[in-house]
Amino acid sequence: MKGLATVYKKEILENLRDRRAIFNSLLLGPILFPILFIGLAWFSANKQQERVEQVLEVPVVGAEYAPNLVGFLEQQGIVIKAAPEDPEGMVQAQVVPVIIRIPSQFAEQWTSGKPAVVELIADPSRRESDIPMRRVRLLLNAYGAQIGHLRLQLRGVSPTIQTAIMVKDVDLSTPQSRGLLFMIFLPYVLMITAFTGGMHLAIDSTAGEKERKSLEPLLINPVPRWQIMLGKMAATASFAFISLTLTLVAFRFALPQMPTGALGIDLNLDGAAVGGILLVIAPVVVLASALLTTLAALAKSLREAQSYMGLIFLVPMIPSIIFMANPIKPETWMMGIPMFSQNLLIGEFVRGESVSFLWLLMSMGGTLLIGLILAAVAATLFNRPRIVFSS
Amino acid sequence: MIKVTDLHKSFGQVKAVRGISFEVRDGEITGLLGPNGAGKTTTLRMLYSLLPPDRGEIRIDGLDPTRDAMAIKRTLGVVPDSRGLYTRMSARENITYYAELHRMSRRKIKNRLQELVETLDMEDFIDRRTEGFSQGQRVKVAIARAMVHEPQTVMMDEPSNGLDVMSTRALRRYILGLKDAGHSVVLSTHIMQEVAALCDRIVIIAKGRIAADGTANELLEKSGCESLEDAFVQLIGTEEGLLA
Repeated sequence: MKGLATVYKKEILENLRDRRAIFNSLLLGPILFPILFIGLAWFSANKQQERVEQVLEVPVVGAEYAPNLVGFLEQQGIVIKAAPEDPEGMVQAQVVPVIIRIPSQFAEQWTSGKPAVVELIADPSRRESDIPMRRVRLLLNAYGAQIGHLRLQLRGVSPTIQTAIMVKDVDLSTPQSRGLLFMIFLPYVLMITAFTGGMHLAIDSTAGEKERKSLEPLLINPVPRWQIMLGKMAATASFAFISLTLTLVAFRFALPQMPTGALGIDLNLDGAAVGGILLVIAPVVVLASALLTTLAALAKSLREAQSYMGLIFLVPMIPSIIFMANPIKPETWMMGIPMFSQNLLIGEFVRGESVSFLWLLMSMGGTLLIGLILAAVAATLFNRPRIVFSS
Repeated sequence: MIKVTDLHKSFGQVKAVRGISFEVRDGEITGLLGPNGAGKTTTLRMLYSLLPPDRGEIRIDGLDPTRDAMAIKRTLGVVPDSRGLYTRMSARENITYYAELHRMSRRKIKNRLQELVETLDMEDFIDRRTEGFSQGQRVKVAIARAMVHEPQTVMMDEPSNGLDVMSTRALRRYILGLKDAGHSVVLSTHIMQEVAALCDRIVIIAKGRIAADGTANELLEKSGCESLEDAFVQLIGTEEGLLA
């Protein structure tokens, strides 16, 4: 096994000197992903907050027909603007998100006790008009309900008689489990990092070695070929694992910077969760390294190897996408599925749930078994003259 | 001491080696001469156990490459056609890597490197990264790498490829030094001058077969020619692929 260790040491040393490998494995994931994620979350939370708190300016057409209603809106903090010439046109041109139009028959309908029509002009297909529209509608409904109650009371009827059913939400989600919505992103990022972290090294140490014609002299040394291959795979796995650790640590320190308070969400990735996630994902690193090394060794050139890698990107994405589109309840049998089980387990960790030992064992054992089988296949690849001399 | 008997190797439809037999003696330089594509590199690859032969027998100091690959690799020093240095590592690191793969101790590696740096005149660049090395520097590193474990048998595939006159002369001096130290040396080349200047015995390979085999004088006698060059051309049957 000394040969394996020598190959491992050399691949690590050589790739630590490769600026591209360092950039791809050790910087890109750990820095880019947290910044991207935190940035997006911060931005969207900020925008939402802004729209909710923003002073809403609403032009009102026919304000003179319903002075009390307009007065109510002003009381609620809405700034009433003068009526424009062409209300529909202004909304369409996105000059204002929403306009109220009070028809001239409003007063007549009002006094005769019929529902008085108030038009709300807006384009709901535009996302930016969504919040202003909801705010105005809420206020109009509130005014309508208030007046309705008053009318019933005047006639000696209890207003509650109108409310036949009252729906009450019993919210059992803890702050952490609501954070899961956001943390669906995390397993996805980690799966990809398990692959990208070692990708450069896998290509460089196999297809690259072939292309530089250093593979033939290397194989003349008195070291079994499977040891050479496993040494390279181990180096690939190490890079991926370091990349994963750095990414998780970066997330751990970046999460407190998130505007979670504003969303009522408490995201937490403490040391224990980081350790648990690394443990769960370690078998994926073995699987990924074996897969990457196999593919790269089969390629005739660096370029061919790189084109395979574009496809391999899809592999870790599939379970994450399925889970994103169709979140399902974790079941025991699912723990045997590589990458999918890790997706579920990371979710459980981040929710702060305790994970059953059986699930851990099945997920790690199942993935590790497949990874080791693949590694065993990859280890024999250099025994084939066609692969050694193919370039 | 190498003994090769009736070696065959095909790649699909291409019959690269079709029945080659020869002997390499200790303390002698044996040249495999032949045009490009004659089967020299394939023969060497079978000798250093990178390719299994389809048929035939190889014995290197009594060992069979197909069965005792690891033992043979420990006694062989090979400078293959492709030098393949690691450009992000210094010359010293390149050589040390191979020494470690041969399980040499740290102290032994240090001493051996010092010797090699002196014999091959590598002081100027031993600690530089091999990126941008000249052909001559690269061949020196490749030779040092192959010789670091002091092998008894040395095989070199086209060692003077791409070298300038000065480097070629230095290389020839080094190879002659190996012979004087009692190593057996196999040299594959398509350059006739090299064979004439270095080799004790010459094995001429053409189209995967042995065209002739013997000392320079024996070959002259056999062909009835005045000069070695004419003898080669006559024995191979064509001038194609040879360099004067």
